Amino acid sequence: MSKTEFPPSIKSRPVYGELEARPGGGHLMIADAEGAEAILDLAKTVDKDFWAKAHIIYIPKKTGTKYSSQLEALGAGQYYCGPSYEAAQSRIRRALQDCHMGTQVYLTGTESLMGQAMYEATSAGIPHTAIQTEHRGSTARRMQCVHCKGITEDVTTDPFECSHCGLSLFVRDHYSRRIAAFQGVRVDAEDPGNIPEKVELFK
Amino acid sequence: MSAGTAKLNVTVAEVKPINDLVTRFKFVRTGGGGLPTFSGGAHTVVEMQDGDITRLNAYSLMSNPADRGAYTISVRRDDQGRGGSKFMHSKVKEGMEMVISNPVNLFSLDLRAKKHLMLAGGIGITPFMAQMHQLAMMGGRFELHYSVRTASLGTYAKELTERYPGKVHVYHDDQKEAIDLPALLANQPLGTHVYVCGPKGMINWVHGTASEMGWPREAVHSEEFLAPASGKPFEVKCAVSNKVVQVGEHQSLLEALEAAGIDAPYLCRGGACGQCETNVIGYDGKFLHHDHWLTDEQKAGGKHIMPCVSRFEGKTLVLDR
Ligand code: FES
Repeated sequence: MSKTEFPPSIKSRPVYGELEARPGGGHLMIADAEGAEAILDLAKTVDKDFWAKAHIIYIPKKTGTKYSSQLEALGAGQYYCGPSYEAAQSRIRRALQDCHMGTQVYLTGTESLMGQAMYEATSAGIPHTAIQTEHRGSTARRMQCVHCKGITEDVTTDPFECSHCGLSLFVRDHYSRRIAAFQGVRVDAEDPGNIPEKVELFK
Repeated sequence: MSAGTAKLNVTVAEVKPINDLVTRFKFVRTGGGGLPTFSGGAHTVVEMQDGDITRLNAYSLMSNPADRGAYTISVRRDDQGRGGSKFMHSKVKEGMEMVISNPVNLFSLDLRAKKHLMLAGGIGITPFMAQMHQLAMMGGRFELHYSVRTASLGTYAKELTERYPGKVHVYHDDQKEAIDLPALLANQPLGTHVYVCGPKGMINWVHGTASEMGWPREAVHSEEFLAPASGKPFEVKCAVSNKVVQVGEHQSLLEALEAAGIDAPYLCRGGACGQCETNVIGYDGKFLHHDHWLTDEQKAGGKHIMPCVSRFEGKTLVLDR
């Protein structure tokens, strides 16, 4: 899947760039699904030595084995392929704990992946402006319900139902870096029961 | 001269030679009372009444930021300089009343850092002394690497080694000791910020090495105040105040504006803060930009000048002041 152009939005909405290999003492790459393509593209620009210092953490999601063997073949010093972000989280934390200043962090794939990994990396002490991101694949959003605080993953419609409290929520561009999620606000708060038709906004 | 920050009237409480080059000065508030607190890395601008010349030099505060009883600075004598440090060394005596500015901090600690790595060269040690007081009080994690010419010129090296055992590393040039910067930077835990204060070469070396090694720019901090350069005298027209001002050989453009009673802002007087930036309305000649505030493009553009350190050579210069 190719890259997405996001329409201009409010300030809190994250923006993403394009991964480029930068000099550093190590390269930590965290990707999900089509994010693999961004790493494979970056691979075209670097020599073999680059991979010796690299650590790839990959979550294929719906892409199955489409990319995993290609990523593995890059020959990264460490390669991990896991079933979900939750499963990979302790690995991500550990990797961040073990690395030193000068390590480059590359995040690519869905906004949910990038947002959560960004939170881990900034908590570990890397300024967020120094972390590279590139969006690839699904534009489905990770949403937090502002009422019950529950998080619903992979939201593709507006409005959508909170998977925790069941309210119909309006999808906002307001984004919280701390929880790596957009905010969902009850759509029929003023006029209970008046719920607009669902529109498929994200794929 | 209204254009700096608020002024403080102080009395010199102590003048103490530390070694062949450095003298320490302690100021208390004239008439008693506390001084404003500051944060580690802050400087104050000291006004010196040298005959009919008013000299203003910025010096880092080195005392404990939480101590409101007194401020302490250290001044390194510069015999080649324009006279400020010589004035401090020869004319300033205990009991003398002086005027200094409120503290301004252009070199503060980034308190989000998980560890603070400090690199000092020579008199560049002073801002770190206040920062270390601050970090020690907060229980912050830090490490100082201090490069000195000789043991006898290692200002405060002994005192600091005793005060912060295990955290202070001193390197003596005359014993061919040098900071192994690549090794030092390679081993820092994530979340470390590096701070450097010292000669220009050292600052460039740290910025260059850190960036080659993949350190984020936001995690590298430096401070260097430049001394205003001397040069050929020149003339400047001030369009707003409708005055023509002569800038002498050893006078900075900022000093000349001040002497002519023109309101000209400043905070650092050393080309670092950006406060004195002035628009150029017209010119015929060439700029001698000495600051590290304007970008290279701006310097080439001929629309801005930093009067605290930069000069001009040529026929006409018209400023928006
Ligand atoms: S006064 Fe700070 S740059 Fe001129």
